Amino acid sequence: MAEAHPVGFQWVMEARKRGAKVFHVDPRFTRTSASADVYLPIRAGTDIALLGGVINYILTNELDFREYVLAYTNAATIVSEDFVDAEDAEGLFSGFDPATGSYVQDSWQYAGHERDSGSGHTATARETAAGLRHESHGAPIAGQVERDETLQHPRCVYQILKRHFARYTPEMVQRVCGLPPEKFLELARAWTQNSGRERTGCLIYSVGWTQHSVGVQYIRTGAIIQLLLGNVGRPGGGVLALRGHASIQGSTDIPTLFNLLPGYLPMPHHAQHPTFDDWVNAIRHPGQKGFWGNARAYAASLLKAYWGEAATPDNDFCYGYLPRLTGDHGTYQQVLDMIDGKIRGYFLLGQNPAVGSAHGRAQRLGMANLEWLVVRDLFMIESATFWQRGPEVATGEIVPQECRTEVFFLPAASHVEKEGTFTQTQRLLQWREKAVDPPGDARSELWFFYHLGRRLREKLAGSPLPRDRALLDLAWDYPTHGPHDEPDAEAVLREINGYDIATGRPLAGFAEARDDGTTAVGCWIYAGVYADGVNQAARRRPGGEQDWVAAEWGWAWPANRRMLYNRASADPQGRPWSDRKRYVWWDESAGRWTGHDVPDFEVTKAPSYRPPPGASGPAALAGDDPFVMQADGKGWLYAPSGVLDGPLPTHYEPAESPVRNPLYGQQGNPTRKTYRHPVNSVNPSPPQEHSQVFPYVFTVSRLTEHHTAGGMSRTVAPLAELQPEMFVEVSPELATLAGLNHLGWAHLVSARAVIEAKVLVTDRLVPLRVDGRVIHQLWLPYHFGFEGLVTGDSANDLFGITLDPNVLIQESKIGTCDVRPGRRPTGAALGELVDDYRRRAGVTPGAVPPAVTPGVPIGPPGSGGDGEGNG
Amino acid sequence: MGLRDVLLGWPVYRQLTGADPLGRGAAAQSARSAALTPRTEAADRVARSVCPYCAVGCGQRVFVSGNQVTQIEGDPDSPISRGRLCPKGSASKSLVTSPLRQTTVRYRRPYGTEWEDLDLDTALDMIADRILAARAETWEDVDAEGRPLNRTLGISSLGGATLDNEENYLIKKLFTAMGALQIENQARI
Repeated sequence: MAEAHPVGFQWVMEARKRGAKVFHVDPRFTRTSASADVYLPIRAGTDIALLGGVINYILTNELDFREYVLAYTNAATIVSEDFVDAEDAEGLFSGFDPATGSYVQDSWQYAGHERDSGSGHTATARETAAGLRHESHGAPIAGQVERDETLQHPRCVYQILKRHFARYTPEMVQRVCGLPPEKFLELARAWTQNSGRERTGCLIYSVGWTQHSVGVQYIRTGAIIQLLLGNVGRPGGGVLALRGHASIQGSTDIPTLFNLLPGYLPMPHHAQHPTFDDWVNAIRHPGQKGFWGNARAYAASLLKAYWGEAATPDNDFCYGYLPRLTGDHGTYQQVLDMIDGKIRGYFLLGQNPAVGSAHGRAQRLGMANLEWLVVRDLFMIESATFWQRGPEVATGEIVPQECRTEVFFLPAASHVEKEGTFTQTQRLLQWREKAVDPPGDARSELWFFYHLGRRLREKLAGSPLPRDRALLDLAWDYPTHGPHDEPDAEAVLREINGYDIATGRPLAGFAEARDDGTTAVGCWIYAGVYADGVNQAARRRPGGEQDWVAAEWGWAWPANRRMLYNRASADPQGRPWSDRKRYVWWDESAGRWTGHDVPDFEVTKAPSYRPPPGASGPAALAGDDPFVMQADGKGWLYAPSGVLDGPLPTHYEPAESPVRNPLYGQQGNPTRKTYRHPVNSVNPSPPQEHSQVFPYVFTVSRLTEHHTAGGMSRTVAPLAELQPEMFVEVSPELATLAGLNHLGWAHLVSARAVIEAKVLVTDRLVPLRVDGRVIHQLWLPYHFGFEGLVTGDSANDLFGITLDPNVLIQESKIGTCDVRPGRRPTGAALGELVDDYRRRAGVTPGAVPPAVTPGVPIGPPGSGGDGEGNG
Repeated sequence: MGLRDVLLGWPVYRQLTGADPLGRGAAAQSARSAALTPRTEAADRVARSVCPYCAVGCGQRVFVSGNQVTQIEGDPDSPISRGRLCPKGSASKSLVTSPLRQTTVRYRRPYGTEWEDLDLDTALDMIADRILAARAETWEDVDAEGRPLNRTLGISSLGGATLDNEENYLIKKLFTAMGALQIENQARI
């Protein structure tokens, strides 16, 4: 955090000054470690084992915050007797279908609801990254569930959790992670002591945590701990993600993502959502508890914002215009399709996959096989010049005279040359004022896409083709200003907020969205950002003039709420858990919720409210159900659906690991997404043979002085000067073992690539003793490429393509490699070196290891139709 | 210059006699540095902005003279950053004024070996033509069972996390209307 989010880290330092104890877990000692009380070096890829150890410590010693756990989580809920835990089946849960490498989730459900809660086969859900939808809401489940308030029933969630993690002992943590038990216990003790009415603890991760084949389950494990300790929805608690781009949260909320529409509405699937009603019901699940009951209004209002007058209740608001998913259309599938010649044109909008995405060579070969490529950026990045200066030109794999890709480079406007909002990592929208005009041909994306759309519509005017109706009927009239006819960003923000169509009045919040065509709302979760016709994101009341919540600086979704689920900051009766941790509470005399923040609850629903039988939607949530976007109002220790690779996190080894899984026969995540394509390959891991050909673990992260793929930092003189060279950090022990010299050169080899780097021998990395042997880890920055003021080989070239099954993010924080002294070969010799390694490792390009480790028994997948499984 | 001026100009004298006994402030100041003013003072206007790098969302003040950014500093009013910026945020003025920035359209024709110049309006027109051609060649109306698809898999897009919400909104809206769904950004990486 001190390295990649230094200004955010000032708050950690403030907390430490007030007595907070800071633990830093990282394979490498960093500036964060230097400022922490305790540093725990860990084997990369083993975080579930560490956190599972903390869960086991809490449950074995009964240190959970029992009153919170009982009232606010699903600890007491009884699970189906069909459920078989991974502990009892070598690492596979019940319901695994080897044909698709995914689970049928019926047996994971709550008792009595094995068939009626949207369970079923999750193969389609994996292909469409369906898990990402749950960024704003939980998966559906049945309304009435069986509970045991004593937590003694052997099939209640609490007992299942306890059994599942019973083997995650301090000794096992040492065996898997390489952490000494005394260090682990220091962490477990401190974390659990910050729990209860008076105290909270927070968990902060950077999104490298997500870049694993079990990335979603990493975060689930952290969330389970935080729920057990009562650290969710309370001040000083939470699971806080530090995201890495200025508006990466915004680009997920208003997604430029294949599987989502604004506000986490799913892109329709051709088989599951043929009609508007099918689509809407798949989102709102009639009869469900919680706030998704109003999904029809959000969906209809989005389509009104898209297609304006053409969208009517009679034509299902032009639902038929939406393009349909048939499977995996994610960025890695796209790149393989580019290599196979299936994609004609590609837009790059401020992103540099030639350096920033896994398997750089595949990225560059894909771009070299397009008809056309449009690059919009501030600088001439590697993804624009791969055909001229890329590493494949040096090896002869790309010959400019034979490369057909037509490239348009269009200069972009910088953040000070346009106005608009970024959404930062805590859901806060902040409006930026424009300072100056962009230089020369540089334009904003707003300008480019508005005028591109205008031109497309002009060219298609009068077209009789049905496929052109969606473009011709599009609501695409935005006011423009200035010499370049720049569209008015505030007008777009107003459409995002939503408005009443008859009067034009901006909506005050998403509760005003309607399903009858009388409102248009571009992104329902952002409704309120333009309430009263005021740009709420532009509010700048100085922090020093506000309380610590600072509710009048910018605007947070939803409803300017700064902390989600803050009903949990009060006890079941609605009183603050303690005076010290007071945040939102029930004011009995006023009959409403009040406090420092906007209550995340129906404001007049008393703590004593109990829903009448048969209630659905928000009315079905009781007055002490704080998790209002969850289908049962509870925080989920156990996820009966919604997570595709298991209802509970389980330690699997990374797709590439030198270590045999010490916990289960199953080596890796059995549901991980793999691609059998000649360009892709996976280094062998035990129990496969030849894993010793790639004996070392490498991991990558950011430098303070550079940003992602370097397009905004290797091009900037002061930053280039501060970090001028690609390097690799190795421990003194590894340097001796591999014959590496400090400040000399080394090259690293995987089955995909060989890259070179300067050697930094440092005790920031330590060899770890894991399961009776020594594991060496190397660390690299991933910022370098062949353009800019400072250049170097790209660390991401080393990675292959293996993805998390829930959200289709790649495993690019861990791989295996070999390291050798000296510079890498060049020209044809480079490919020969990689080929030699592949031969010795028995790696066949395009082949992937079996999803289920040989010898692991597979139970019957159970019934379950071809439904999606988790809405 | 009289003796008195020479004496007053001697930092040691000022250190011993003035209010700066440690010689770290006024006593050590030269006449030249005393005459300097920060370029922020000469700015015509200040734009309230936000750092473009990571997602912490630090406040920035952008100082402008004419149509030139002359300085970017942390915004002390921000309850998030309290005026602070990291090395990258502090370098944002160098980012936006970098001589390496491309300010004209560049074009590489198929099988070409060098960049060429191209007019922005022509480029926009060529791109629009290529989109329409790619749609025409790869359009899918329905699946094998006659259910609607309404799409093209011939067009892809990547990027959005460095852009504004308003921009992402128009990008998704336009691509969706043209039937292009292979739209991705850094959140998947």
